[in-house]
Amino acid sequence: MNIAVMTSLFGFLTLIFAIGFWSSRNVNRKGSGFLQEYFLGSRELGGFILAMTMIATYGSASSFIGGPGVAYTQGLGWVLLAMAQVATGYFVLMVLGKKFAIIARKYNALTLVDFLRRRYNSKWVALFSAFSIIIFLFSAMAAQWVGGARLIESLTGLTYTSALFIFAIAVLAYVIIGGFRAVVITDTVQGVVMFFGTLIILVGTIIAGGGITNIMSDLMAENPNLVTPFGHDGSLTPAYVSSFWILVGVGVIALPQVTVRAMSYKNSQAMHRALIVGTIVVGFIMLGMHLIGVFARPILPGVDVPDQVMPMIAMEVLPPWLAGIVLAAPLAAIMSTVDSLLLLVSSAVVKDVYINYVKPDASNERIKKVSFGVTAILGILVFAMALSPPDLLIWLNLFAFGGLEAAFIWPVIFGLYWNRANKYGALSSMIAGVFSYVLIHQFYPDPFGMHSVVLPVVLSFVVFVVATIVTEPKQKLTIDA
Amino acid sequence: MKDNGNDRIDLHTDPRFKIANREALIGVALVIINFLWWFGFAYGLGSGPIEDYRFIFGMPEWFVYSCIGGFLLMVALVIFVVKVFFKDVSFEDEEREDHT
Repeated sequence: MNIAVMTSLFGFLTLIFAIGFWSSRNVNRKGSGFLQEYFLGSRELGGFILAMTMIATYGSASSFIGGPGVAYTQGLGWVLLAMAQVATGYFVLMVLGKKFAIIARKYNALTLVDFLRRRYNSKWVALFSAFSIIIFLFSAMAAQWVGGARLIESLTGLTYTSALFIFAIAVLAYVIIGGFRAVVITDTVQGVVMFFGTLIILVGTIIAGGGITNIMSDLMAENPNLVTPFGHDGSLTPAYVSSFWILVGVGVIALPQVTVRAMSYKNSQAMHRALIVGTIVVGFIMLGMHLIGVFARPILPGVDVPDQVMPMIAMEVLPPWLAGIVLAAPLAAIMSTVDSLLLLVSSAVVKDVYINYVKPDASNERIKKVSFGVTAILGILVFAMALSPPDLLIWLNLFAFGGLEAAFIWPVIFGLYWNRANKYGALSSMIAGVFSYVLIHQFYPDPFGMHSVVLPVVLSFVVFVVATIVTEPKQKLTIDA
Repeated sequence: MKDNGNDRIDLHTDPRFKIANREALIGVALVIINFLWWFGFAYGLGSGPIEDYRFIFGMPEWFVYSCIGGFLLMVALVIFVVKVFFKDVSFEDEEREDHT
């Protein structure tokens, strides 16, 4: 490709390296609290960093690359759908909020599985959760690697394998060395890049299209449906679009990569600040990125591969050096998502399975070695899978988020707000949620015109309540940890 | 880390939990407001024939109110509730405040 574009991109990767090394000094200093530091950054996140890391983790490849591509095809109706994500900016932190932070500290929980294990006091709840996380997130992660490598490939002209190799080295190096703290700090850099990247491309696109009024009349001349809420062929029904409020709105509360951040912040001031910053930034990024996709249509008609819309429009409307810096944003989005997922899967293996059930008396030195080792092995496995992605992987990734939401949403919420909720309720709700989701997704997708995630969430709610009422006599429960 | 049935925390007695519960309810209320605003403007104004659309800043009216207006409304509401209703509490166990 272009020298200027490549220079800015690699400059960005170097910056990320530097941050990873710098943060790792913290890990090495604090020998005794290694697990707490490596997986949670010692619960010291401030408000701005908390907001940014949540956004960067959640606003992954799907929103920076895939989302604008679909908006390009569907028009304003897809921007409407994407705006359901504004809710994640405040809902997650308000509902998990202080209660989750306090109880996670009481339990000394480092992961979502820790919390569920202690709350429900059940080995099976813990193991089923850990395996759901390992399987679903591993697949989600491998697919993000493919996305990241494709992006590097299309920007640099390297072969797919070399692109994947560069991507893997960069990601692995700083996750292994830096841990959670490195990941959240780079998330912050990346969140800022995403924010300004969106702003710059949006302005550039509007100018290139000759103003908003002009762009809108071009769109209406091509296909009037593009400016309605119903999609390019009228297929986006209100029920379908509204059901995304569960998948990408309130359901996000149950994603392990989000909950782990909700236990990592320093104090309630940090949380308050994150609520405000998070709502502003996530709303702006979602609105801006998807609008860019729609506005790009008259400027770049006839793009066949929707995922290429974002890189193409950036290189079209911006000078090359600026395009390079701004395109670091989608790469940043993918990398930060991958980092957090990698860390989370390795914490599920090390913390939730190895320490709890394989070798409870492992020494600190040994835990440290196992953590680095597991993270590295997982990275290599993902790399191998991403080299020639199996079909099953893509199939799994498609519903990884919905599956995790169906599994965890009620165990988390009832765990925090219902004294009677017990392990029978939690386990049966998780099993019902995961399996009904898989079955519906596979054999009867989008029932009643709503996304497949809706029914399993309802079903797991009913199962949880019924199972708990049957097994847990109503009595006064007291005693704290 | 004693793991024997004594792990359950009463979810209602700690005074900090009263604050947390109230804030969670505020979160639920905000989502409902957000959803109704978003849904109402999008499908209320966007369902008519396209010839009848009115435009603000070059964009269709439904979109400006539902997506841009809804976003600005939520930012304003979040800032308001955080500044007015949200309370600072300690997350550690040592210092339990008494609010009664």
